[in-house]
Amino acid sequence: MTSAAAPATPRAAPPASPRAAGRGPWAGLGAAAAAAVLVLFLWWLATSATGFISPARFATPAEVWLALKQIVVEGYSNARWHEHVLRSVLLVTMGFVVASSLGVALGLAMGASRKVEAFVNPIFLVLRPIPPLAWIPLAIVWLGLGDAAKIMVIFVSAFVPSVINSFTGVRQIDKPIFEASAMLGASGWRWWREVIVPGALPSIFTGLRLSLQASWTTLVAAELIGAVAGLGTILNQGAQDIYPAMILVGMASVALCGWAMTQGLGWLERRVMPWKA
Amino acid sequence: MLQPPLPAAQFWRLTAAGAFGFVALWSAVALSGITSRQFMPAPWDVVERFAQLLVEPFAGHVLHEHLLSSLGRFGMGFVLAVLVGIPLGLLMAWFRWIDRLVTPIFEAVRFVAPIAWVPFAALWFGTGIGGPVLIIFMGAFPPVLINTYRGAKQVDRKYIEASRMLGASAFRGMTEVLLPAAVPSIVAGLRISAGLGWQSLVGAELIVASSGVGYLMVKGQAAVSTSTVMSGMAAIGIVGLLIDIALRRVQQAIEHKRGI
Repeated sequence: MTSAAAPATPRAAPPASPRAAGRGPWAGLGAAAAAAVLVLFLWWLATSATGFISPARFATPAEVWLALKQIVVEGYSNARWHEHVLRSVLLVTMGFVVASSLGVALGLAMGASRKVEAFVNPIFLVLRPIPPLAWIPLAIVWLGLGDAAKIMVIFVSAFVPSVINSFTGVRQIDKPIFEASAMLGASGWRWWREVIVPGALPSIFTGLRLSLQASWTTLVAAELIGAVAGLGTILNQGAQDIYPAMILVGMASVALCGWAMTQGLGWLERRVMPWKA
Repeated sequence: MLQPPLPAAQFWRLTAAGAFGFVALWSAVALSGITSRQFMPAPWDVVERFAQLLVEPFAGHVLHEHLLSSLGRFGMGFVLAVLVGIPLGLLMAWFRWIDRLVTPIFEAVRFVAPIAWVPFAALWFGTGIGGPVLIIFMGAFPPVLINTYRGAKQVDRKYIEASRMLGASAFRGMTEVLLPAAVPSIVAGLRISAGLGWQSLVGAELIVASSGVGYLMVKGQAAVSTSTVMSGMAAIGIVGLLIDIALRRVQQAIEHKRGI
């Protein structure tokens, strides 16, 4: 979950998810399957079987299946499912990679140099409390409804958390490590590569996770407000057509892509920090 | 080697240089004539517009009325998240079967970005109060639940077993054993919640609302009035900061009392 030590918009240290205290992985999986079956059954009971929830407000399982088939085969809201997904995921990936590379570099520099920190800090004091979503109207005024505006909001939302967490990452490195590295004569490039970066990595990745979530949420919101294609437009079009089944498909797609990207980042984290896994 | 803190004079010189550089760059772009002032207002234009919005209604209300209506929605969504999140977290920590049942559903729903609830929020509750409140709730609820659960799970089993042996009911066990122990974790969660809730509110108001700061920004955007949009951003940032400072005070008071 998006989440901690930073004010206003929480952007450091994500609380881990509550996990079922199971006996081995199978117990948890069984419970998850049971919960899924229960939810499906209740859903079917409330909509298809009894009509307790009116079809105009929530879709039946069968309708969702049809909506899914429709968007995958024929397309909906200007594009087919995989085109929407590709477009959104590509935009986020591009914006995220650019913003977080710059953000991590700036954060590390701020962490390593008090002068850089003192110089850049006032700008951050102003930018940090502004939630990423609040940049959307500005992006639309400046850049319209096209991809440029999307990239701007993704950039802003991904940049701030990566700077802040890289900065705190450097400052949290134990003092003896610095003393040892100084004594052993690490300097210049080696000092960065072997002391600063590895020391700050756990916090950097916390920042990257928050950045990714923030940029994903912001992109969906920006697409909801106006875009040619992308997952947010499925939601927008579904809302205009009062098509609950398609809205559900859109929401599930947003969740699925968000989940997949988080998993991808987790994979990268384990590759980069084998000592932590 | 990590440098020692800068001497105060040098620190303030650099800070002033940074702040001045930022404002100067912004002003230079605004005045350079690359784009119109309406498109890229100078900093003082934004300040002027901000002051103007406080007295002159825009999008139906003056700025502080928009802020009050945003805060009202925020308060409702946030209180709702607390009222559901804390009891559910305690129940999950006390009864394993509830934990087993709720966790997978929660984990699945959590990945839906709060803003993706916008269509259903509008469909179910309309654009007045209910719709935005649902979205704030979706943003603020997960941290409350997670932190309550984690705080309650950290309670030493000895105390739980002792309370059971002494005949405490499940209700008393949750309210008198788990809850007090979880308070610091819960308060930390509330801060995160408030931040996310405030952020979700802004998103909600951009799309489904007819008043509030987000709505003011949308109207400013439609009127291509960049200074109005920026004033809205400033108002949102300031109020978000104040909410966080207030909650941080509460957190510090509790931690101080507990001797953490």
